Amino acid sequence: MSGPLRLEQVSITLEGRMLIPPLSVQVDGGQILTLMGASGSGKSTLLSVLGGTMAPVFRVTGRVWIGEREVTDLPPERRRMGILFQDDLLFPHLSVGENLAFGLAASVRGRAASAARIDAALRDAGLAGFARRDPATLSGGQRARVALLRLLLAEPEALLLDEPFNKLDAAMRTDFRRFVFEHAQTAGLPVLMVTHDQADAEAAQGPVLELLQAPEGTPVIQRSSGSGSLRKDTEVRPGKVGLPLATEVRS
Amino acid sequence: MSAPHVAHSPLWLRQAPRLTVALFLVPIAAGLLGTVLPAFGWLPAIGGRSVSLAPWKALFSQPGIRDAIGLTLVTGLTATVLSVILVFGFCALVHGRRPGRAGRALIAPILATPHAAMAIGLGFLIAPSGWIVRLLSPWLTGWHQPPDIASVQDPHGIALTLGLLVKEVPYLLLMTITALGQVPAVRHMDAAAALGYGRTVAWVKPVLPQVYRQVRLPIYAVLTYALSVVDMALILGPSNPPTLSVLALRWFTSPDIRMYFPAAAAALLQLAIVLVSIGLWRGAETLVAHLGRRWIARGARGTLLEPLAGLSAIAVAGLAGLGVGSLAALAVWSFAAGWRFPDMLPAHWSARPWSGQIGTILWPLETTLVVALFASGCALLLGLACLEHEQRRGVAASSRTLWLLYVPLLVPQIAFLFGMQVLLTVFHLDGSLIAVIWSHLLFVLPYVFLSLADPWRALDKRYARTALSLGARPRRVFLRIKLPLLLRPVLIAAAVGVAVSVDQYLPTIFAGAGRIVTLTTEAVTLASGGDRRVTGVFGLLQSLIPLAVYGIALGVSGRNRFRRHALGAQS
Amino acid sequence: MRLISVRAAAVAVALAFMTAPASAAAAMPWKAVLAQARGQTVYFDAWAGDQKVNLFIAWVARQVAACCDITLRQVPLQDTSEAVTQVIAEKAAGQNADGTVDLIWINGPNFYALKRRGLLYGPFTQRLPNFALVDTRDSSNLYDFTVPVEGYESPWRKAQLVIIYDSAYVKRVPRDIRAFPAWARRHPGRFTFPQVQNFLGVAFLEQALYALTPDPALLQRPVSEVNFAKATAPLWAWFDQLRPYLWRHGREFPASGPAERELLEDGEIDLMPSFDPSEAAAAVEAGLLPKTVRTFVLQHGTIGNTSFVAIPYNSPHKAGAMVVANFLLSPAAQARAGNVRYWGGPTVLDVAKLAPAERALFTALPKTPWVPSDVALRHVLPEPNPSWARRLALAWERRYTP
Repeated sequence: MSGPLRLEQVSITLEGRMLIPPLSVQVDGGQILTLMGASGSGKSTLLSVLGGTMAPVFRVTGRVWIGEREVTDLPPERRRMGILFQDDLLFPHLSVGENLAFGLAASVRGRAASAARIDAALRDAGLAGFARRDPATLSGGQRARVALLRLLLAEPEALLLDEPFNKLDAAMRTDFRRFVFEHAQTAGLPVLMVTHDQADAEAAQGPVLELLQAPEGTPVIQRSSGSGSLRKDTEVRPGKVGLPLATEVRS
Repeated sequence: MSAPHVAHSPLWLRQAPRLTVALFLVPIAAGLLGTVLPAFGWLPAIGGRSVSLAPWKALFSQPGIRDAIGLTLVTGLTATVLSVILVFGFCALVHGRRPGRAGRALIAPILATPHAAMAIGLGFLIAPSGWIVRLLSPWLTGWHQPPDIASVQDPHGIALTLGLLVKEVPYLLLMTITALGQVPAVRHMDAAAALGYGRTVAWVKPVLPQVYRQVRLPIYAVLTYALSVVDMALILGPSNPPTLSVLALRWFTSPDIRMYFPAAAAALLQLAIVLVSIGLWRGAETLVAHLGRRWIARGARGTLLEPLAGLSAIAVAGLAGLGVGSLAALAVWSFAAGWRFPDMLPAHWSARPWSGQIGTILWPLETTLVVALFASGCALLLGLACLEHEQRRGVAASSRTLWLLYVPLLVPQIAFLFGMQVLLTVFHLDGSLIAVIWSHLLFVLPYVFLSLADPWRALDKRYARTALSLGARPRRVFLRIKLPLLLRPVLIAAAVGVAVSVDQYLPTIFAGAGRIVTLTTEAVTLASGGDRRVTGVFGLLQSLIPLAVYGIALGVSGRNRFRRHALGAQS
Repeated sequence: MRLISVRAAAVAVALAFMTAPASAAAAMPWKAVLAQARGQTVYFDAWAGDQKVNLFIAWVARQVAACCDITLRQVPLQDTSEAVTQVIAEKAAGQNADGTVDLIWINGPNFYALKRRGLLYGPFTQRLPNFALVDTRDSSNLYDFTVPVEGYESPWRKAQLVIIYDSAYVKRVPRDIRAFPAWARRHPGRFTFPQVQNFLGVAFLEQALYALTPDPALLQRPVSEVNFAKATAPLWAWFDQLRPYLWRHGREFPASGPAERELLEDGEIDLMPSFDPSEAAAAVEAGLLPKTVRTFVLQHGTIGNTSFVAIPYNSPHKAGAMVVANFLLSPAAQARAGNVRYWGGPTVLDVAKLAPAERALFTALPKTPWVPSDVALRHVLPEPNPSWARRLALAWERRYTP
């Protein structure tokens, strides 16, 4: 069980244009917060900021915490924030097992122990005996599951989902979505998901924020729907102080 | 919140771009200075203590100097203009028709073959006693003895121009094809065709202007090379008078050391010729663009261009034929026992030209390989470090940096190598392997970087991001993820580096102070006459090294287990 | 091609390193020289225009590596003057102890250029054990282009100007320089000689000058003491008659002797000069010329000379260089060099001084019909003073460069 993922006044600006207005929000362990918005609205950028891999052209303010640990200035490899993209991004030059081993947390020592962990994870995902397979020989759904397993074996403390179900067909999508959410909740991870698919948001059964482009060019984040609660201090403010676009979202 | 992983790049990685530029620009700048000073009479060590125009007066009083300048301009400009027209004409005609693997397989060996070897092979083809005349004699020509025609080393430099075309057309073709891959050429052509434009015009009007911007630098590099080439000019060009850069080299090696002064002046004049030519070319671009815009706006369907493109395609095919024929001629001569004129093929074949040369081959072969591998390896390390640094900082190199990279290719070698040798002497490095490797690096690095940068930047950045989010340090991401995924482009870039290194003649001569002997310097020396079988051995060996390295690069990366899917996964 | 390093330009820095210890090799017994030579790398600057020469030097390298633990590297030159310039530039830069040239294949103007500047090590030849075998009755082993050798270079090859022709095409050859214009008019485009920047090219001009100049004895004097215009006027008149009927109408010339030999091989020309009486034989042996070629010596004799090896004053490997020079004078090396299978040509040794077993090496050499007889070769003209070569080449360039 991880501590909550907490954002404090996180905002993102690109060349003077505000992409994400100052956002303060807390996602508890086991909770899934959904951020919706049109494509190009900057929601994926928010994930790269949280993961620590955004390009320097973006200007970022605010602070990020996981539990009591502030990760704001940590390099990406020390943040322990797993990220899942819409492509599985399995390393094509490594076998399924090698992919999983690449992610395996440093706490697992020894060849036998890691092999055991990998086999167990694969069995658990219904992929027993796949360790030596070339990822290219797997189906889309299988690959997606391996990608999640790889991520979980790294023992992250928070999960970032960047439209991870987008490229799967409808049947597989439901399946894999359930697979992801179940594993995240079992591990008790706070999850931040960006998507533009309403069904994803509903399945998440958590609070939903929506990133809206305002006519004047300064976007707004507002609570749109969804169930579950957000903490009291969750607030969304416009980028420029004094503009009357503030929409406080309180549960 | 700053970009967090920049602070974690090690110092050497952060300094990689600066180090690269310093390795590059310091010797070139020092070299230019070391040429400018003696060109105006300043070289105290040999008595030049006053600044004057005497070296220039000496230069212009040399016999044949005016003809040499004229020859330089005519051969260099003709070769470049023709190369550009032929390449664009060819692309206009075949674009979208998929020239196919056969075409590429044809130009690959020509690209890999060093200029010197190609010049030797071409000489074997087109000499009065060359293979082409042999094929036609005596049944067609009636010649039982070779005709007394200057078909190589001709006073007008036609053979030299032809040699340059054989090598530069495939290079520009490759650059143009690469650039075409980056613009939506086929869609634009279809749109134009739908408006009733013929195929060629449908390429020239909408596609060419977009492509030209991307091949401009390579064209300038070809222009510089064609105006200042030494090894090809020694082999194919006339000797009395030769081109300006050959003249400068001759005076730099003259037994009379006072000749340094006019030699330096000639080297500086060579630089001026190149810079003015590039300036004029730039002006011509603007003019053509202006006229072209009016022509495009007029909506003319320009049907006259179609046959022109057809001619270009035939000429390009002819040049490719000459290139491959030259390689074949090298091979045949290297296994000939006796080959009298006008026999079409040697009367007897023998491996003796090869086995008999073991004693003289081994040392230059070893030197060639060591220099090529080190120069290429250093270039690869520096190039990878720059690219990795760029990615960790998240900022792409500006176009100004790209121009810096091109500097060694846009300055004639003769203009700075002399001065650079002075610099090497100061550090007691001249005549050492390190000096030769460094001088090769100047020319290897730009090509390695250019061939590496595109695929490196095209790799899906999310692989690295995923790996980082799994807790892997940047070093591990680089070694375990990026490098293996990009193995093929890395190995190909290394092979390009080897090919460029093996090609270098003048830098080896200068930095090696004549003591470092490579297959290339040997081949050029042997090409001045004696035994064509031995020359064939050295020329062929010189071409085989880059080809073998390409082969190894492709072979190794092809065996990489799951590689075939890597490209498909890039988006 | 050897490129002069411009050490001269770096003089200030180089001076700081100028410690120039007096050579320790100067007074050592030969045994000590051999001991000091062990492990040295000797850079041998040698004309590399003919592959049989390079192969011979590669053979020498194997021998001295085996016997004396010396690594011999041939620095290939297109012209010996490249090495001369190198040494002069090193002197100008004050690089007096660690020069880059250890041994030079040298003679004539190049030897004179270094010797008069005091840039050669020596005298050293008397210290070479094999020097005792040299034929000292032959004045060309003692005077190099009229310049006394005085122990500053060690002989190793002999050369004499001859004419090679292909008897399959040519029945009557011009045996006299004066007959060349008429012969060429009858056989237009079938004769040429190397460009004057090449030693063979200028040697052919000197040969013609011998036959044409009013007072050949003047050629032994430095050109500055002679009325050059008057002495050479008949030469230019002769050449003006000859030139239009040369190969390529006398507008282009082959780069070197070996380059011209290719023309003869292909039948582009019928006649060529050579500085090596056995060149035709060796070329036939190597399959580079047809068996129909023959060699002859011009009437009234031709220029002959001896080639030497010299050691620059600043060579860091003088002991190694001396061991190589001594090896070049060994009966084994001379016999191999005299064998047309490898190279060919007369020896500088006095065969009478050799032990019987060594003499047998020379009597066993293969005989070929392509080498002119000793009788024909006996009429050797001494080389002109070294100052003539450059002056002739310059005058020729001024007159005939377009």
